[in-house]
Amino acid sequence: MITFLQRAVIMGIPLLFGSTGETITEKSGHLNLGIPGVMYMGGICAVIGAFFYENAVGPENIVPFLAILIPLACALLGSLLMGLVYSFFTVTLRANQNVTGLALTTFGVGFGNFFGGSLIKLADADVPSINLTATSSVFKTKLPYDALLNAMSAANAPSWLTAFVRGFCDLFLSYSFLAYAAIIIAFATAYILKRTRVGLHLRAVGENPGTADAAGINVGRYKYVSTCLGSMIAGLGGLYYIMDYAFGVWSNNGFGDRGWLAIALVIFTVWKPNVGIIGSFLFGGLLIIHNYIPGLGVADQELIKALPYVVTVIVLIFVSAREKKESLPPQSLGLSYFREER
Amino acid sequence: MREPLFHISKRTEIALVKAWLIRIAAIALALVLCAIVTFALTGLNPLRVFATLVDGAIGTARRRWSLLQGTAILLCISLAVTPAFKMRFWNTGAEGQVLAGAMATATCMLFLGNRLPSPVLFPIMFVCAVIAGSVWGVIPALFKAKWNTNETLFTLMMNYIAMQIINYFVYQWAVPKGSGQIGIINGDTKAGWLPAIFGQSYLCNILIVVVITIFIFIYLRFSKHGYEIAVVGESENTARYIGINVKRVIIRTMLLSGAICGICGLLIVSGTDHTVTRDSAGGQGFTAIMVSWLAKFDPIVMIFVSMLIIFLQKGAIEISTQFGLNKSFSEILTGIIIFFIIGCEFFINYQIHFNHSRKEAKA
Repeated sequence: MITFLQRAVIMGIPLLFGSTGETITEKSGHLNLGIPGVMYMGGICAVIGAFFYENAVGPENIVPFLAILIPLACALLGSLLMGLVYSFFTVTLRANQNVTGLALTTFGVGFGNFFGGSLIKLADADVPSINLTATSSVFKTKLPYDALLNAMSAANAPSWLTAFVRGFCDLFLSYSFLAYAAIIIAFATAYILKRTRVGLHLRAVGENPGTADAAGINVGRYKYVSTCLGSMIAGLGGLYYIMDYAFGVWSNNGFGDRGWLAIALVIFTVWKPNVGIIGSFLFGGLLIIHNYIPGLGVADQELIKALPYVVTVIVLIFVSAREKKESLPPQSLGLSYFREER
Repeated sequence: MREPLFHISKRTEIALVKAWLIRIAAIALALVLCAIVTFALTGLNPLRVFATLVDGAIGTARRRWSLLQGTAILLCISLAVTPAFKMRFWNTGAEGQVLAGAMATATCMLFLGNRLPSPVLFPIMFVCAVIAGSVWGVIPALFKAKWNTNETLFTLMMNYIAMQIINYFVYQWAVPKGSGQIGIINGDTKAGWLPAIFGQSYLCNILIVVVITIFIFIYLRFSKHGYEIAVVGESENTARYIGINVKRVIIRTMLLSGAICGICGLLIVSGTDHTVTRDSAGGQGFTAIMVSWLAKFDPIVMIFVSMLIIFLQKGAIEISTQFGLNKSFSEILTGIIIFFIIGCEFFINYQIHFNHSRKEAKA
């Protein structure tokens, strides 16, 4: 049971990054269907950075600080560029958001698979496959609570207590720093959106940019910043996936359709990042639950994997039928804003 | 007072020639950028790379047929999503609707294939594919009409539900059992395969798509339905005011959109692959959205746009095999070109005025 929950959290963290980023973007009125591409981009840029670093110094003598900093910076930079492209097209050039987003996804996924497949040849490196286990193990550093458990058993603590502490630690303390970062970012985003002036302005831009503009809010700047910031957060999801979940081993299309699930999660959480924390773990659980139901055929597993999407559809219908103001999508979601067209 | 460097205004109209010059310039710029990217990645002479690209797309008779076939399939899906788009119904679920049609066709071929004579089998396959596609398309439309449920997200989710359902049946009916794939259906008897015409197995697909193109062109341009779609797309309030039943138009259009996607699924399964997997549509449902939009919903322009994209894809695949690169190279090139075409629309729709008149006056 504890393993299941633990795996569910690990599966959920990339989705949480993605959906928090997408929520910020959508709150400014931009439906970024490029998120799958952005997350791919975050992942592959981290891989490229880490690959060159590991190859330059050798996997044995990497400095932990640099091993984290380089992929992190690369992932952020890559996804920032994607966010800039998206916002340049949709904000400045007022292009259709769906088309731009889909093009971004095509480009990002292609970029990821291309470099994932050809990096070794392009870099003339003498390795059989992209295997960044050394960098990955730095990323996977967790709190040293094993020492505590050892000390407890050495001190002859009651076995139920040790078991309890072990369970508690496994469930709450066994993740890498990025997982906690995801949760903190989600809480911070929820707070900023709901309780601060910046958040209020951002929501105003997403609901009705004309009114926001009249109130003196710089609509273009809010749209740009929220889209770029959202992309960077989503890019971290790619970084987490590749360095933590996949042990630093890139496989083409390994990331799968998690990007679309992240967009689904935004709807599921009715645009609230703090709900997203629980939601992402739930989705993570739904993604792996087929491994834990006994007596399930291979075929039935595939049906179970559709659950997150079915649940999302039901939430979408429910939300629209109820017409509660707080849980509807931002009103101008998907529409470009041109001041002179009001 | 600070004077902005330039200001932007919407063009009222633009000469057709000028608009096309802008588009051609954009594609030319995109190709230059593609050449630079290719050069940066491979260090090869860009001109040689382009020669390889052209050769990969139309070098041999087989490649030319394959280009036409690919164009037909992409065009078919683009045509399918166009009526919905014109109505401002963002059907991002073409992928799922094609898969629904593909699954229905495959089911017919598996279970009726060797039992019924072809003249009976083909109509049944056709009807099943159309029904499956349109059911998959109309579900989001019903909710859109009833509760104004966001259709972009709804149709998007339907894609993945369709994929998982296909996976379910693929495992269930796997040949041989447990292999996880259905394999070529009726490979020995070719029951349910679209017949080869003049020895060309793809010609039948292409002809069907030609018929669909003409149909959609007439439907959108000259029929009452087409007119209603255009009005709903321009303004729902106007449509309601002049007595158009908007809900009915939404549902009817999505039925049509899904039905054509279903036919496309039939073309893929019965006319091309003779098998079904979750990747049968291969992401073309998404590419089609871009094609339809880039062509400004004009079926005739769509022919050229989809051919351009397939041309690039086939060519880039040839480049990647020749130079030992990953075949996703084509996606990068496609992405770049689509970005440029999207971007150039801005210069067609808007005009930039530089504010130098003021400066001159001062001097």
